[in-house]
Amino acid sequence: MFNYSTSLGSTVLPNPIVTASGCAGSGKELSQFFPLTELGAIVTKSIMLKPRSGRATPRMAETPSGMLNSIGLQGPGIDSFLENDIPWLQSQSARIIVSIAGESVEDYASLARRVRNIPNVVGIEVNISCPNVENRGMVFSCQPDTARAAIENVRRNIGGEVPIFAKLSPDVTDIVAIAREVVNAGADGLALINTVLGMVIDVNTMRPKLAQKTGGLSGPAIRPIAVRAIYQVRAALPKIPIIGMGGVASGKDALELVLAGASAISVGTATFGNPTAVMKIKQELESLLTERGFDNFVDAVGFAHRMESL
Amino acid sequence: MSAINSRAVQCSAQVVSNKKVGAYHHIILSVDSIAAAARPGNFVAIAVGGASSSLVLRRAFAIYRAADKGSAGGVIELVVAPHGEGSKWLTARQVHETVDLVGPLGTSFGIPTEPVRCILVGGGYGSAPLFGLAEILKARGCRVDMVLGASSAGKIYAPLDGKRSVSSMTITTDDGSAGMHGRVSEALSQIIEENGSELIYSCGPMAMLEAIQEIADKYNLVHQASVEESMACGIGVCMTCVVPLRGSDGVIRMSRTCIDGPVMDGANVIWNSRGSIPEGTWGA
Repeated sequence: MFNYSTSLGSTVLPNPIVTASGCAGSGKELSQFFPLTELGAIVTKSIMLKPRSGRATPRMAETPSGMLNSIGLQGPGIDSFLENDIPWLQSQSARIIVSIAGESVEDYASLARRVRNIPNVVGIEVNISCPNVENRGMVFSCQPDTARAAIENVRRNIGGEVPIFAKLSPDVTDIVAIAREVVNAGADGLALINTVLGMVIDVNTMRPKLAQKTGGLSGPAIRPIAVRAIYQVRAALPKIPIIGMGGVASGKDALELVLAGASAISVGTATFGNPTAVMKIKQELESLLTERGFDNFVDAVGFAHRMESL
Repeated sequence: MSAINSRAVQCSAQVVSNKKVGAYHHIILSVDSIAAAARPGNFVAIAVGGASSSLVLRRAFAIYRAADKGSAGGVIELVVAPHGEGSKWLTARQVHETVDLVGPLGTSFGIPTEPVRCILVGGGYGSAPLFGLAEILKARGCRVDMVLGASSAGKIYAPLDGKRSVSSMTITTDDGSAGMHGRVSEALSQIIEENGSELIYSCGPMAMLEAIQEIADKYNLVHQASVEESMACGIGVCMTCVVPLRGSDGVIRMSRTCIDGPVMDGANVIWNSRGSIPEGTWGA
């Protein structure tokens, strides 16, 4: 009997397949296609302190094997989220990883206080890497000092109740340095990777396709970047659990990230192309691991690193 | 509404027929229960390109007509313009091939309970959902005047059997190659005044819908518009397809056209706001 369970710090999930923040809303729409309890956990859309309209349209451009998005963290704010979305997710018996995003390092402290002790919340993803903000200086994870400050503010407000995961951007010179910084600041784990900043120009209008010019690139196009980032960080910090994401659309893709060092896999853009992508990936990954002789999912995590240690 | 169409399911739909009609393809798909659940204005989201495709997003298509055949299942019909990579792939499907389809999605056109004088306005392939609507309105005893516009004659989609359900049909083309030379909005005022129209249904490009709303405002008519914004998922999770929409509480929100639309009350849409967030929008 294959043991699919995985550990993310103090949290144990029955399987490692989770949604990606911003790609599953707060679960209601996807629940029409499968029970949310089938997921290891649902990672909710990054929530901010206040309601946010997000960016102007056009917000989306399809690219080869991917897409650019420029949503800009549209959402109802933490009050509405706690009042409406969380009780609904609890009623579905879903395991919840709440993703939080702030405009300032202080915001992260305030948000952490609101989400630290909620039934069914099994983890907090601290999104310090959304690329769709007016000021690139606000991408906290792009500088070691701001990355550290944001995570410290969360850690100060969340003891050991629930593990916290820092979500990092691949748009940095040395992602391992940023990873070390946030782990030293108290992150229990990491979420790798956020989208890659990109741009598309419409050759007919001869202007950028997105209203805000730039957007986050996601989908299979960025998978090799995710595999590289996860592999590098796993090699440097082998004891830190990683939620891996970036263009996973099949069980084979998920396996790549697991072998690189991911203890859980987030599925994002693939859900846009197929509402039941997470279920398909969950089944395919289990088959691939069984075929390769694994009895326990966790034995495959970081397995690609063994060549270096032997 | 703000919730996914509760009838939406995912299915493997077999191509029953695929015929080229002028600039468009008329495609019939076997979809089981989706046909009975579909209402005029609803759309479906179809995966395109095959398993190893570089096209990662679903494509949304308005349902042209739906026919429930009881235990034999049901079919839906689509009218597809082979413009982009995804629609070219779909229009190249052969009979008996299957496509992965989710539907029915989105809101539908509201149907009056009493006979009402209606105008149905379609731009290009935007005429697709209007013929099924016309049949229902006609059956309810409504007067149905249809106005179809396009850039040129070849881009007007107006099948012969569709014309049976309408009291009058007006064609306009930007280049004058068929019907009236000009835009649908230019033909509207005369039709409204001649027939005493009370309700406008529309589907087409946003600029056309905005022009229709101005006319609806002038004559104080209800305008149900099927809007269009780039969509990645069709099921309400990606947040890309939003338009500013005034809610019943008076608050403007960036609302998903796949969930709160595609059919929206035209009077509540903040038109011509692409590229900016209207002042006063919630969370702006």
